[in-house]
Amino acid sequence: MGFKWFLLLRLVRMFITLIAVLLITIALLGATMDDILKRNVQLGVIEQVSQDAKLNSSFKNQQEQQNYVNNQINARIHAQGLDEPWYSPKSLGIKLFKTMTLDLGNALFLTSDSGSQKVSNIIMERLPNTVLLFTTSTVIIILIGLYLGSYSASKIGSFLDKFTSASAIFSISVPTFFIGMLMIVVFAFVLHIFPSRSIPLTNPSDPYYIFDLLYHMILPLITVILVGFGGWAYTVRYYVINIFNEDFIAAKRAQGISERKITYSHALKNAAPPTFLSVALALSGSITGSLLVEIVFNWPGMGLLAFRAISVMDIPVIIGLTYATTLIFVITIFVVDLMSQYFDPRVKVG
Amino acid sequence: MSVKTILKPDFLNKFRRSKSGIAGVTILFLLIGMSVYAAAAVPLDSFRQWNNPNYWIKYPKSAMPTWTNIFTSKKQPEHLIKDDAIITEGSYQGVKNITYTYKFAFNYDFFPNDFMLSYAVRYGSIPPIFDVQFGRPDGDSFDLISSSLPSPQGTHYVFKDTLFSTDSQIHESLRNYQDRYSYNVDVTRPEVMIFSAKNNPSVLKGIYTLKLTFSFFDENGADKVLNTEFILGGKVFGLLGTDEMRHDLSTGILWGTPVALFIGLSVAIVSTFIGLFYGLTAAYKGKKTEPTLMMIVQIVINIPVLFILIILAITIGRSIFLIVGFFTLFGWVSMALISRSMGLQIKSYAYVEAAKLMGESDIKIIFRHIIPQLLPFAFATIALAVPSAILAESGLSFIGLGDPTIPTWGQILHDAQSSDAAARGMWWWIMPPGVMIGITTVAFVLISRALESIVNPRMKKI
Repeated sequence: MGFKWFLLLRLVRMFITLIAVLLITIALLGATMDDILKRNVQLGVIEQVSQDAKLNSSFKNQQEQQNYVNNQINARIHAQGLDEPWYSPKSLGIKLFKTMTLDLGNALFLTSDSGSQKVSNIIMERLPNTVLLFTTSTVIIILIGLYLGSYSASKIGSFLDKFTSASAIFSISVPTFFIGMLMIVVFAFVLHIFPSRSIPLTNPSDPYYIFDLLYHMILPLITVILVGFGGWAYTVRYYVINIFNEDFIAAKRAQGISERKITYSHALKNAAPPTFLSVALALSGSITGSLLVEIVFNWPGMGLLAFRAISVMDIPVIIGLTYATTLIFVITIFVVDLMSQYFDPRVKVG
Repeated sequence: MSVKTILKPDFLNKFRRSKSGIAGVTILFLLIGMSVYAAAAVPLDSFRQWNNPNYWIKYPKSAMPTWTNIFTSKKQPEHLIKDDAIITEGSYQGVKNITYTYKFAFNYDFFPNDFMLSYAVRYGSIPPIFDVQFGRPDGDSFDLISSSLPSPQGTHYVFKDTLFSTDSQIHESLRNYQDRYSYNVDVTRPEVMIFSAKNNPSVLKGIYTLKLTFSFFDENGADKVLNTEFILGGKVFGLLGTDEMRHDLSTGILWGTPVALFIGLSVAIVSTFIGLFYGLTAAYKGKKTEPTLMMIVQIVINIPVLFILIILAITIGRSIFLIVGFFTLFGWVSMALISRSMGLQIKSYAYVEAAKLMGESDIKIIFRHIIPQLLPFAFATIALAVPSAILAESGLSFIGLGDPTIPTWGQILHDAQSSDAAARGMWWWIMPPGVMIGITTVAFVLISRALESIVNPRMKKI
């Protein structure tokens, strides 16, 4: 099976996952969503009519204007399939499309920092911040893990090896948000090194905004890395040790290749594909941890937005966030999958 | 290896020799002990009424644990809830006097926050006179209240009231004693004035007595005091202190234990067995069934569960049993993957082929030949699935979607987050729930490591 087929299959799977999540969302929130979309149609028509002065003057009386508005609303509701139950194919299809284009109208309560009420604006404003925190932490975690994991695999029983095993246990047993809260107590309350709140005070248009943002990002970033690297390093260690037991490594040793070169260029490279696959499995947990850490540090990302949306039950925002995080997530898995293929010496890329 | 092997002394011996296994089991027994203690010794009401503010009204707000006093040279006052008054009765010219005397030592370096007195009295025709006297270590005593209770409504009238230190009546009475101090005292803060030394504005240490006297004029003697209670609002309380909503944190932490164990174990057991049968069906059926079943597994794995859980909790409900159900919905996939690959291996073993040739039914082969081989792995997976279920619950509670009727560790952390406890340095509110989550999950991780190295000897080398 060539790389193109692999790519195609993964893309299909990505799409199916996305659709599945959206279908579950719509199945659970279908009725609520119908109400929200109908309300948006009403608001849209009323706004349009009130702004159109020429149209307004053509009405003889209030009654006629009201009739016109009602007709318009009914026509649009019918056009969007909102007069049918949520599971009818037309209504379902339109809703899927609307969610996937983030065309969810106005939020119920929340507004974006720039004052917009549109769900898409609110989410798109937060999306880059989440991506920034999540990708940076994931990349650093992967780098630390690759080094630490293969090092401890080559020196079993050493201090660093024991440290790796201990951090792995720490990784899977401590909630990230709890460590975040402790970090605030230690670094913000006791030591006053970092701010406890992540929202930078500088204006986003200010050229120094990016530095301020990065300074505020340090504490959440350290938290996510601190909790995340152990599990990943342990996984790398496990697969590298498995490779060490294979004959070809013994052959390399017999050839007199240095242990260092064997570890980092031969064993690690061969261990990469299964390791990356297990990363894909662990990502669901790490994105959850990253989103929850945002709440702790008030990092202006999607996790914090979700927290706010839940507290006021802003359903359109929650639906939009579900779609956006799923999208980020499947894309990340796709990238990790590609990397695992790239590192797999048995698959020819390109 | 089969169930019988697990029960064989050999297996138990191996487990006993594994340090991490012993450590895990020890912690687990401690946690079970805590759960039993909670169920047996702590009033169940504290569990049911966790989110009812009235239940916790007697407790202090944001008080540190009592033992923090050990590490400071200046001692913070301890919160006192007293209902163990010495009751004395006397009568004088047909007037029956009932006195409730509270004695307590106050040897702290800071003033109390406030105090309050609650009482309930039953009387028929003539309202009794209520008198409150505060005796100080220096022999002085202040009359705080001396007034008649309201006229009775009905023959068995029960009058209940709580007197706070902010009461203006107390402030008025204290004006009479202002000149006994060598400096200016604030009568609107009785908790400071009463506990101050007379020559300098510092705490007067020693034994204080509080006397509540009820004088009854009714001749038939049916009038009586039902109960009294004295609360001195302190700044430290109990083993773990209290939070902003006055919850006694030690109670919350204690109740969190059985809840966490229940969620963790039930999710892990149910989802592992679902995964086991799912994976086996895929492995055993093969042909067209397998790819379809595994496609579903791949899709479920790729779902970021958090938001689906949020939507489920919002739309369907947030009771603890529903939450267990939701976690099970997404928890079975990893076991399905494991049991499928192992099932494929076992399926090709000669004795399974032989059983097939002998005409044994599929179900019989699965139950008699394949499942017993997989059970030890299932146990190891259960032990590893418990931590993720506990963490998932704490995460869901943390964003405010846990079962609102019961205390869980995640919910305590959620409350702490909502009250900005971290930035205010309220470590005693944050540490215990987080550490408990950590300890519980570590116990199961250790057990699973021990089990894994026994059932999968290849791991031992590693």
